[in-house]
Amino acid sequence: MREPFTSAIAANRFGLGARPGELAAIDGDGRDWLRAQLRAEPPALSDPQLRSSAQTLAQALELRQEMRAARKSDAAAAAALQKLPQFLRPIYLSEASVRFREAVSTTRPLVERLTQFWTNHFTVSVDKELLTGLAGSFEREAIRPHVLGNFSDLLLAVETHPAMLLYLDNHLSVGPHSEGALRLERRAQPRKIGINENLAREILELHTLGVGGGYTQADVTTFAEVITGWSIGGEGGPFAGGEPGKFLFRPELHEPGAKRVLGIRYADGGYGQGVAVLRDLAAHRATARFIATKLARHCIADEPPPEAVARLALAFTGSGGDLPTVYRALIDSREAWVQPLAKYKTPSDYIISAFRGLTLPVDAGQAALAPFALLGQRSWAPGSPAGWPDRSADWDGAAALMQRIEWADAVGQRLGNRRDAMQLAPQLLGANLSAATGSAVAHAASASQAVTLLLAAPEFMRR
Amino acid sequence: MARMQRREFLNLGARLAGGALLSSRVAFGRTDERKSRFVLIIMRGALDGLATVAPYGDRDYARLRGEFALRAPAEAGGALPLNGFFGLHPSLGFLQQCYAARELTVFHALASPYRERSHFDGQDVLENGSPRAHALQSGWLNRALARVPGPAQREAGVALGQNVPLVMRGPAEVTSWSASKLGALDEDTLARITDLYAGDTLLAVRLADALAADAIASADGGGTAAAVMPDTAARAMSASGTPPPARPAQANGARYAEVVRAAAGFLRQEAGPRVAMFDTTGWDPHANGGAAQGQLAARLAALDQGLATLKQELGPVWSDTAVLLVTEFGRTAAINGTRGTDHGTATAALLVGGAVAGGRVIADWPGLSARALYQGRDLAPTLDLRSVLKGLLHEHLLVPPPELERTVFPDSTAAKPLRGLVRA
Repeated sequence: MREPFTSAIAANRFGLGARPGELAAIDGDGRDWLRAQLRAEPPALSDPQLRSSAQTLAQALELRQEMRAARKSDAAAAAALQKLPQFLRPIYLSEASVRFREAVSTTRPLVERLTQFWTNHFTVSVDKELLTGLAGSFEREAIRPHVLGNFSDLLLAVETHPAMLLYLDNHLSVGPHSEGALRLERRAQPRKIGINENLAREILELHTLGVGGGYTQADVTTFAEVITGWSIGGEGGPFAGGEPGKFLFRPELHEPGAKRVLGIRYADGGYGQGVAVLRDLAAHRATARFIATKLARHCIADEPPPEAVARLALAFTGSGGDLPTVYRALIDSREAWVQPLAKYKTPSDYIISAFRGLTLPVDAGQAALAPFALLGQRSWAPGSPAGWPDRSADWDGAAALMQRIEWADAVGQRLGNRRDAMQLAPQLLGANLSAATGSAVAHAASASQAVTLLLAAPEFMRR
Repeated sequence: MARMQRREFLNLGARLAGGALLSSRVAFGRTDERKSRFVLIIMRGALDGLATVAPYGDRDYARLRGEFALRAPAEAGGALPLNGFFGLHPSLGFLQQCYAARELTVFHALASPYRERSHFDGQDVLENGSPRAHALQSGWLNRALARVPGPAQREAGVALGQNVPLVMRGPAEVTSWSASKLGALDEDTLARITDLYAGDTLLAVRLADALAADAIASADGGGTAAAVMPDTAARAMSASGTPPPARPAQANGARYAEVVRAAAGFLRQEAGPRVAMFDTTGWDPHANGGAAQGQLAARLAALDQGLATLKQELGPVWSDTAVLLVTEFGRTAAINGTRGTDHGTATAALLVGGAVAGGRVIADWPGLSARALYQGRDLAPTLDLRSVLKGLLHEHLLVPPPELERTVFPDSTAAKPLRGLVRA
């Protein structure tokens, strides 16, 4: 592959879309530019508006109690009902716009792309109300610090984060033979309590081994028992106690006894039992294969070549889950550099690359997020714990294309003649720029139409 | 009136032909083969069949569901009566009216061939039409559309949404449509983009499909384009006396209104697509799902309202329409430790519409005793979803049976088509 193509692929497929000047700055082999981005600590997002998950959650739980208390009177209930969304919504907006701003401005776009990859892999969704206030801080606290670290640490940080425990219902899961369960059963009005297997199933299916990774329903159920007691502080009733909004292991709710998951026996060690299972899952060959497949699909092709997947899996296993080693194996994969426009952009890719390419300012609040909603990919809101899909067919619908084109048109009109698309086209698309697009942009009827045509071009729809 | 007389005549014809219902139907032929319309609604997340269509007559039901068991119809807040054994969730008032009018058929203890408990593989099997996840890259509905007799049509089906779900992907030309939220493009820009896509097969086809769908939508006298009135459903819901639902359900109700109006806009037209599909999410209440009231109740109410709106919007075309509601699998028979349910196996499906030979619950009920449960935890499957689909696609859309076996549902010979699902 000639070097101009490697810089176009590096900036547009591995990165988040070239900013003007970025291709020139890569200056040489795009692979070196990518490797260099992996060398320093991952950037931490800082903004005075951002608050920790614990702060948000503690206050949200308080508001919830208030809401419950207010149920007695209609007027008070109506007012209280509004308080929680009114508290959570601004947090969501500032988190999402800070993250969007980072994506648009970063000089280490590979790291940001990988961050979003892992956030999507470990999906939490704002479709659950409390998560509106936690999705952003979850990404900052559990994902970002580990994106250039070890998979095992990333996994543990994610599965013990209050946002994940809430999203997949584990915080209220109770071991049927735990002290807590026995105590609750002795009550005058015993309430049915027991395990909830949601988190355990999704850890196996979506976070580690992958479906077909060799686990059974019995493994799901037992693993759910293993992680009973993984909860959060500051709830009410039998779940009271602990530091509000923070992870809390509740020994009284943990199912006692040794347990067998995937054929391995785990002695009862309270919290440590779950940690031991997670460490083993992180080191499992099926996990290596699953992560390798997803990364290869993300950066090589919808149906990634098996040899490349095998190489990434080997890098994962051989390094004990050291993520930069896996990323370097990905960058070194010849298959990633032969087909310049192998991936159709997701709406989020499309919007971010347009903002980067046109150096558009990111507004604060709602306005920043409007394009994501319009084009069908609201921040932190995939429809299911599997996250957003990652194949062309999931995103290339006729109506979706039309919305993109209409949005491109609106962007063009908004900019008027403040951008010169003819000058930008080679800077954004580099060697991928086709003669047809170059000519269409050059012969556009107006500066704004030229911007629209650049954004609508086939090579800008893909990465 | 003329329509009614014709229907009477067809019914009479069917009666004369006796048991040979299928052949009579095909032989009498509809002079207009394009008449029948089909809407597929996928309920993603694993719909709780035991809460949607409650087997309150099963002696184990109340024990398994505890405080979340729906009560018998006679009791306050109880299920809506169907046949003395099953009852509909109290949020489904419109569907119960359909049942009474013999326009709703309920299938229970039904499952796709998928027997694991992953949503995503379950949905893949539900959509690809083969017994295995990821075995095919196209969907059964699309392959069926490719085999519908009659002149090939530019847009055989429409997915309401920005993208086309797997079930509708494949060889037949289909499109997706969602309301334009921004101003339309001027013709010159559009022409230039069309030129720009001339060398790009995928984008050229997608753009042409989008323009064709827009043309159909605007030929609808503005009905489809003007359909975006999201507050209507919310208004309708409060008017129906439903308690104000939680935030997500409200959004859902609004979404149905937009989507079903658009679907009706397409299906009403003589030259439009005859098949529409859309999906709905949020059917996965692992915790605090509720019973007569709660998360599920609010979502079902929104759905029920959406179906009522669909009937109203379709007008006379409702009598030619069958709407099928399906999900990937069911939920555990018992309530879990967090007042919800986990992933299960068999569930219920609903077939509603003026074309449906309804007023029936079709179920070979396996019971809910500990011994009867699948793997000791789920409602056992006794009816293959593909039997319903095959029957429907043949009788309603006239897809030839050999094609159903060969291309639409490969490896499904054991699943015999159900007959008599739609009115003759």
